[in-house]
Amino acid sequence: MKDKFNFLKNSSVKSMFVTYAIVIVAYLVMEALMFTGSVNYLLMDLLVPLCVYSIVAIGLCLCVGYLGELSLGHAGFMCIGAFTSATFSSLTKEFISNEIVAFLLAFVIGTIFAGLFGFLIGIPVLRLRGDYLAIVTLAFGEIIKNIINVLFIGKDSKGIHVAIVDPDALKMEADGKYIINGAKGISGTPHLSNFTIGVILILISLFIVYNLVHSRSGRAVMAIRDNRIAAESVGLNVTGYKLMAFSISAAIAGAGGVLYAHNLSTLTATPANFGYNMSIMILVFVVLGGMRSFRGSIIAAVLLTMLPEMLRGLSDYRMLIYSVVLIAMMLFNWSPKFKELRSKYAGVFKRNKKSKEAV
Amino acid sequence: MSFISYLINGISLGSIYAIIALGYTMVYGIAKMLNFAHGDVIMIGCYVVFTTVTGLGLNPYLSILLSVIVCTVLGVVIEKIAYKPLRKAPPLAVLITAIGVSYFLQNFALLIFGADTKSFTSVIPMNNIKLAGDKLVISGVAMVTVCICIVIMLALMTFIKRTKAGQAMLAVSEDKDAAQLMGVNVNGTISLTFAIGSGLAAIAGVLLCSAYPTLTPYTGSMPGIKAFTAAVFGGIGSIPGAFIGGILLGIIEILGKAYISSQLSDAIVFAVLIIVLLVRPTGILGKAVHEKV
Repeated sequence: MKDKFNFLKNSSVKSMFVTYAIVIVAYLVMEALMFTGSVNYLLMDLLVPLCVYSIVAIGLCLCVGYLGELSLGHAGFMCIGAFTSATFSSLTKEFISNEIVAFLLAFVIGTIFAGLFGFLIGIPVLRLRGDYLAIVTLAFGEIIKNIINVLFIGKDSKGIHVAIVDPDALKMEADGKYIINGAKGISGTPHLSNFTIGVILILISLFIVYNLVHSRSGRAVMAIRDNRIAAESVGLNVTGYKLMAFSISAAIAGAGGVLYAHNLSTLTATPANFGYNMSIMILVFVVLGGMRSFRGSIIAAVLLTMLPEMLRGLSDYRMLIYSVVLIAMMLFNWSPKFKELRSKYAGVFKRNKKSKEAV
Repeated sequence: MSFISYLINGISLGSIYAIIALGYTMVYGIAKMLNFAHGDVIMIGCYVVFTTVTGLGLNPYLSILLSVIVCTVLGVVIEKIAYKPLRKAPPLAVLITAIGVSYFLQNFALLIFGADTKSFTSVIPMNNIKLAGDKLVISGVAMVTVCICIVIMLALMTFIKRTKAGQAMLAVSEDKDAAQLMGVNVNGTISLTFAIGSGLAAIAGVLLCSAYPTLTPYTGSMPGIKAFTAAVFGGIGSIPGAFIGGILLGIIEILGKAYISSQLSDAIVFAVLIIVLLVRPTGILGKAVHEKV
């Protein structure tokens, strides 16, 4: 009996279960509050976006914290997940009546497409390092957004038509209707997302990333992050592991996109939702959450989204506060002066530091 | 005829990219970091000219000078506060800080100047030239832009070749520690690089807003990223490279806009960046750097 629960003594495994527990307890508390009617509409509207941000943050955390590569294009993967799944849902909403099946299929499609794009983009991009990788992922994100804004897909009695730039090139019959209408996006996506599905997706994402991180492959990924040359010289397939982690990270971002798309009746790719700004916002969540902590990413996503909404006066300053948080976090962690200061007060924070290492 | 006028527009836009790219390429060569905030320094410079000329009725030349001073000081201050403490930090931390600074400047401008688009009145008094019986019109701004770009490029190259401070820059970019041992003031040189880059950004900003007269807090970010693309295209760390990369990128963007699709022009520019990085990661004039174990 004693041996059976031995794995719980492993601090990282314990931390994993704590994370699951936090998510589930938060969900139950929220549901209970909603049941008693003590949640206002403002917060109700925020619940699904909170799940979306948390999921994308988990994905980016895998990429930035564990793979050690800064991606500024995760909004692009989110965009792919959102648009492929919403297109699928609009095309099939007459055939599939069961909501859960419809969402599940859309989820699988969106995630697979985002993962596939992550893989395809990763092949060239992961050969680059550091700043170059950041700027190229940024470029890819913008390209994806630009292309979706000039993409037209229509459906009529003859089948599905696809055109780029020129909507007249679709050559649709009189009964045809647009699925993706260029910059106007997709309208009439079935409203399939809800808080429960969002939390389930968070748990699935957590399950995937925790299992990855605790596996042999995950350790290989971290070894590559810490010292690529050393990892290569012990025979690790550097490109392969990087591609795997990057694709999984993209697929998780895509899952966030699926959830996002099915929460809105009209989906458009604007700079505000799938642009560079979104990628930065998610990055802020990951950095504030502690870079290598999935739990931290979720908590930061929830806090940083909720606080400015709750304190109405602050919402104008939200992005300003985010930017100051980014700079301050980096200075606090890496500036020699702060390092000195921290070692001076190390005794006070000792317990804190220990638990940090465990994560 | 229309092709020639597109080409001229492309060269003019490319010259602006080239001037911005200089700031990136010098900072990258010396501090080995991508200064994400460079594009937003441009935007701040534009707002300085806009408020002093439109709001206070200052002489345009004085206001440009003021804008150069403000941007230079801003560049040095950013370096001192945000980047200097992170000299020894991992590149990821520096990059995230730079993104933070960029975001800070954008949102700071958003709070002070508002999100509405300001229409920037051109401060360059130059008439358009009509050639070939009015068929080909070259805008005055385009000519001034190209001339200024060439002058800046030559001046900068002379500065680096002929002066002590310029030689110090070369030394620091080659090997920071060795330069320090030889008595080069490394911190001073890095500050000087940021100062020159940011001062040039102010000039680029005035030219950019004279050619495309709309000003918002996000005006600088896209040209900034494209100028970085130009710097990478030409070979990062190389001044003539920034010039060639900038001009080529400007031409590609304008021709793409004219002949393919105006909505896809950004995508085309970024596709060029990706292809360049894959085929020739060191750019047109860049040197290959071998990794030491």
